[in-house]
Amino acid sequence: MTETETRAIFLEELNRVAPDIDPATVRDTDHLQDDLDLDSMDILNLVTALHARLGVSIPESDYKEIETPRKASGYLARRLREPE
Amino acid sequence: MQDIIRKRPRSGQAPASTPVAGFVTLDARALGRSLVTGLPDGALNIGYEAVDRHVVRGDGNETAIVWLSKEGAREITSYQELAELSSRFANVLKSHGLEKGARVFSAMGREKELYAAALGTWKAGMVFTPLFAAFGPEPFRTRMEIGEANVLVTSRALYERKIAAWREDIPTLLLVLIVGEEAPEGCVALGPALRAASPEYETLHTRPEDPALIHFTSGTTGKPKGALHVHEAVLYHALSGRHALGLRPGIRYWCTADPGWVTGTTYGIISPLVNRATMIVDEAEFDLDRWYGTLQREKVQIWYSAPTAIRMMMRAGKDAAEPFDFSSLEFLASVGEPLNPEAVIWSNEVFGLPFHDNWWQTETGGIMIANTQDADIKPGSMGKPLPGIIAGIVENTGDGLRELPDGEIGELALRPGWPSMMRAYLNEQARYDKCFADGWYLSGDLAMRDADGYYWFVGRADDLIKSSGHLIGPFEVESALIEHDAVAEAAVIGVPDETAGEVVKAFVTLNRGAEPGPELERDIRGFARKRLGAAVAPREIVFRNTLPKTRSGKIMRRLLKARELGLPEGDTSTLETEET
Repeated sequence: MTETETRAIFLEELNRVAPDIDPATVRDTDHLQDDLDLDSMDILNLVTALHARLGVSIPESDYKEIETPRKASGYLARRLREPE
Repeated sequence: MQDIIRKRPRSGQAPASTPVAGFVTLDARALGRSLVTGLPDGALNIGYEAVDRHVVRGDGNETAIVWLSKEGAREITSYQELAELSSRFANVLKSHGLEKGARVFSAMGREKELYAAALGTWKAGMVFTPLFAAFGPEPFRTRMEIGEANVLVTSRALYERKIAAWREDIPTLLLVLIVGEEAPEGCVALGPALRAASPEYETLHTRPEDPALIHFTSGTTGKPKGALHVHEAVLYHALSGRHALGLRPGIRYWCTADPGWVTGTTYGIISPLVNRATMIVDEAEFDLDRWYGTLQREKVQIWYSAPTAIRMMMRAGKDAAEPFDFSSLEFLASVGEPLNPEAVIWSNEVFGLPFHDNWWQTETGGIMIANTQDADIKPGSMGKPLPGIIAGIVENTGDGLRELPDGEIGELALRPGWPSMMRAYLNEQARYDKCFADGWYLSGDLAMRDADGYYWFVGRADDLIKSSGHLIGPFEVESALIEHDAVAEAAVIGVPDETAGEVVKAFVTLNRGAEPGPELERDIRGFARKRLGAAVAPREIVFRNTLPKTRSGKIMRRLLKARELGLPEGDTSTLETEET
């Protein structure tokens, strides 16, 4: 999966967890908590949704890797390339 | 029931739980007074007790705050510097013509200016109200209206996104201070204002009963309530910090609560400073590695946190904690909602120390019931009343209150009169009076006391929701939901969640023409989040044709909740309209 694809999926799931966020206006460098006002429960729900959607389980210590759409799309693409 | 965690006496000390014959009534006021200095002629001021008196006594060089920025910077503020910064803030307020009793609100992150603002406000004899920065515009506005805010201290981003649009609708609001170097039109930049102000300010000699703090808390019905606290509360902040948390001069202490909630003000500003502790303040939100790293690097000795955060650590597993050195830790405490026994056991394994649960409320102003350093812990229990606090379990017999014996479930009640007890709900005498009966303060929490005197939380006596330690009033959420074009009626309850304790779930009926479905669900949820903020808005919305109602038309949240949890429905004799 390319980063363009993981970015689209990330934004879709982000909008499902936090429908107040319009994916069209989100900038690649927006921080989930500082700029988009997600709280820690939202982050947990997002991680759960990404796991269900992509099969990628994101450990707590990697939450920093998904704190912006740019970081998240790269991280998810990388994790999907990992051998099973 | 879990095994009791037994405490060994600390080296060189006799066990503190020396048996006492009969009952000894300790006076919290007298005990607290021995821990503060006071001002001439019986005057008392929280700001003075928290910072200036330490400087006067020659301890100004001690570290008051170790501040950790989101970006990783680390700044140290001494008591002397904090005294000067808060004096500058007091002078800024005075230079704008504000006088004793003025209402100063804050809506900002955990930045240094927040601490200076709180302390400077008290020193100037004004009244401080911190608001949780993650609130949406509606909760901000409602609270500033009820509290008749005169001053708001906030950030540029929060102001522009959540406040500017309705600022003019708050007629009492005279001054908006913006943290930083620049401010939008009609606001004042705090950075230059602080630099221009004098670092000297003589604390106003407030009386013990002068108002100091207003904390908002949610009601089941109606608007949020502004619980008013007075300067005398500092006696109990000093005392309870010492007894329940072990605060003392120089100890490195980290309270993870945000000052937007009462824990973050009482035990995140006042109590540690009055006890001359060194406070760790982390600007960032929960982040596992950052938290573990902070405990290790800052050599935290006393740590006060909350069940939701503890459960998030548990989710990450013991391995995540393995690389860190927690040997500096001496005492762990938790508040916000009952701490489950598993979390107590887990922390004992991972940190070598158990978390000590304690219980209190916005209205009590300080910890009332606690597991303390020297007492054995029964995991899952909130512990025993602190010195000077008398608690009981009561029930309403219809003809007054009856105190219940050990082992029976009733409402947790306290004998009024401790110094940090609220003195009023702003402009709501009737709601205030309802909290007291037959010589008891009624907490609204259901609890049980066992034969050993330990208290156990059972549930709320009302419909309030506890999510991630925040008390959420269903009415405030419902009011926001019905403003959505598609929503006719709404009922909001808390449903169990393994991490947050409870999460907010809404049941809504729709206006004619509106189509239920995932798209509308998302639209309503987004609408609610924009108004209320993530912490308060529902995480889940379901559609109904009708909601269960009484003959008088009141929605029966209790019934929705019982059905959601698969519990007995109880008395449904007043049910007129069924849920469909």
